[in-house]
Amino acid sequence: MSPTRYLTLALLLVGPTALAAATSGPANALTEPQGPAVSLAPNAAQTEAPSVAPCPQPRGTGDLGIVVERGTGSLLLIETSGNTALGRIEGLGDLSHASAAFSRDGRFAFIFGRDGGLSKVDLLVGKVVRRVMQAGNSIGGAISQNGKLVAVANYEPGGVRVFDAETLEQVADIPALYEDGKPASKVVGLVDAPGNRFVFSLWDGGEIWVADLTDPAKPAVTRHRGIGRQPYDDLITPDGRYYLAGLFGEDGLALLDLWHPEQGVRRVLPGYGRGEEPLPVYKMPHLEGWAVAGRRVFVPAIGRHEVLVIDMDTWAEVGRIPVAGQPVFVMARPDGRQIWVNFALPNNDRVQVIDAESLAVIHELKPGKAVLHLEFEPRGEEIWISVRDEDRVDVYDTQTFARLTRIPANKPSGIFLTDRAFRIGL
Amino acid sequence: MPSGLHIFLGWAAGTAGWLTVLSGASLAALAAVPPLLDSPPVPAAVAVTAPAPVSRERAVALRHFLTQDCGSCHGLTLGGGLGPPLQREQVANKPVPYLAYTILNGRPGTAMPPWSQFFTEEEGEWLARELRGENP
Repeated sequence: MSPTRYLTLALLLVGPTALAAATSGPANALTEPQGPAVSLAPNAAQTEAPSVAPCPQPRGTGDLGIVVERGTGSLLLIETSGNTALGRIEGLGDLSHASAAFSRDGRFAFIFGRDGGLSKVDLLVGKVVRRVMQAGNSIGGAISQNGKLVAVANYEPGGVRVFDAETLEQVADIPALYEDGKPASKVVGLVDAPGNRFVFSLWDGGEIWVADLTDPAKPAVTRHRGIGRQPYDDLITPDGRYYLAGLFGEDGLALLDLWHPEQGVRRVLPGYGRGEEPLPVYKMPHLEGWAVAGRRVFVPAIGRHEVLVIDMDTWAEVGRIPVAGQPVFVMARPDGRQIWVNFALPNNDRVQVIDAESLAVIHELKPGKAVLHLEFEPRGEEIWISVRDEDRVDVYDTQTFARLTRIPANKPSGIFLTDRAFRIGL
Repeated sequence: MPSGLHIFLGWAAGTAGWLTVLSGASLAALAAVPPLLDSPPVPAAVAVTAPAPVSRERAVALRHFLTQDCGSCHGLTLGGGLGPPLQREQVANKPVPYLAYTILNGRPGTAMPPWSQFFTEEEGEWLARELRGENP
């Protein structure tokens, strides 16, 4: 980008105050911006967290999103109409394994950092508007059906803490104490479910808990014990009915029908995953992300180079699809026609596409080293892919598989678009 | 290199499983004793070979791996996650061979896989020393 164009863009999108700060910095700050060219406020001229104002004009948020930059604890604000980066939001702490949920109006992102930080980011202003350090070590979070509560899954101290979505004041604390004398369990797979419930699993405890937050002051927790060893992540079906926990420590998955919790948890695919000779697992698979297409659920096999296909009516296995490595994310295109898969080391440079009807791998892409995450645009015509070790995110056309654009990003990992605000379990 | 020779006895024993059996001095003393008839010959000196140096380029790649890939489970700052924290104070009492063994062979029953497919023994030890802050 030429210096003149850069300055023009800065004038257009950065508020007068920020611009004054920028121009008072080193003379070359604007002509030689640090880092990717999408940075609107050059870092060199900043003395405190930058306040980019990427959206000075009234606009909707439906085509906005964020990319987690785990190398720098920052977010790249993106838009999917023109596939561009609008700015960078900094000061979010340790964003290794960070994830996000969105407010029901799609304006605010709640960012769950590894270091226990819970941040509320205004996408229209490009600023962190609230931030609390709510625990020592966290893994993810969710927002309630009514949008009033944000829950965070914590490793340290193990449990779930619930916050007012407006103020981030804590309203409930649910320690994952599963057995006398044992420390609280690490919590994984936290999702929201209809009825202002949160559902989550206990990695150490081998349990699934359902917390009803209808009265936030008095969470009503239902425990399901003995669901299997080391549940590592979970998915909830798009209708919010079935909660499925993947098990690392033994064969099979644990299934809870939230329409009939009184029936308890049952095991599905008892032969799933770890067979006679499981391979080492170089990256824990993820289940959240709705790998549900039609009446089929697609899940990563643990310790195998396979994607498993489950019939949602019978919960029986209907197929095993050989793939290029150990799947990490198995994501269904919103129309359910394609399944996109990325992989753990040493095959994390590629992405494979499965046809949901024939169950055949129909395409393979090699975006580059360390593909960490995939996110479909709301109607599925394009997909965003983060390529950590190449320091960029790529956008592909899902019909032609052509790469549409590349955007520089600093060690990008999770990509989260605001349409998640309207989807159960995300 | 550690001055003593360490033998790892088993996972269950944890760090206590590291037994310093022979210091350099006791090795020398042992070598002076005439060997028993049926015993294998005792080497006059145990050749403690320095690990093959890790190239500067490889060191950059290993540091990146440690931060980004080990960091997926242990945290980017090694403050812990699904895996335990591995900051200096947590590894201070864990000898390099113990850490290197864990890196290369994993910990059965946990989510820690063996990484020997990706690293040589020298690189495993380099990573272990990096955790302890002992690399130049």
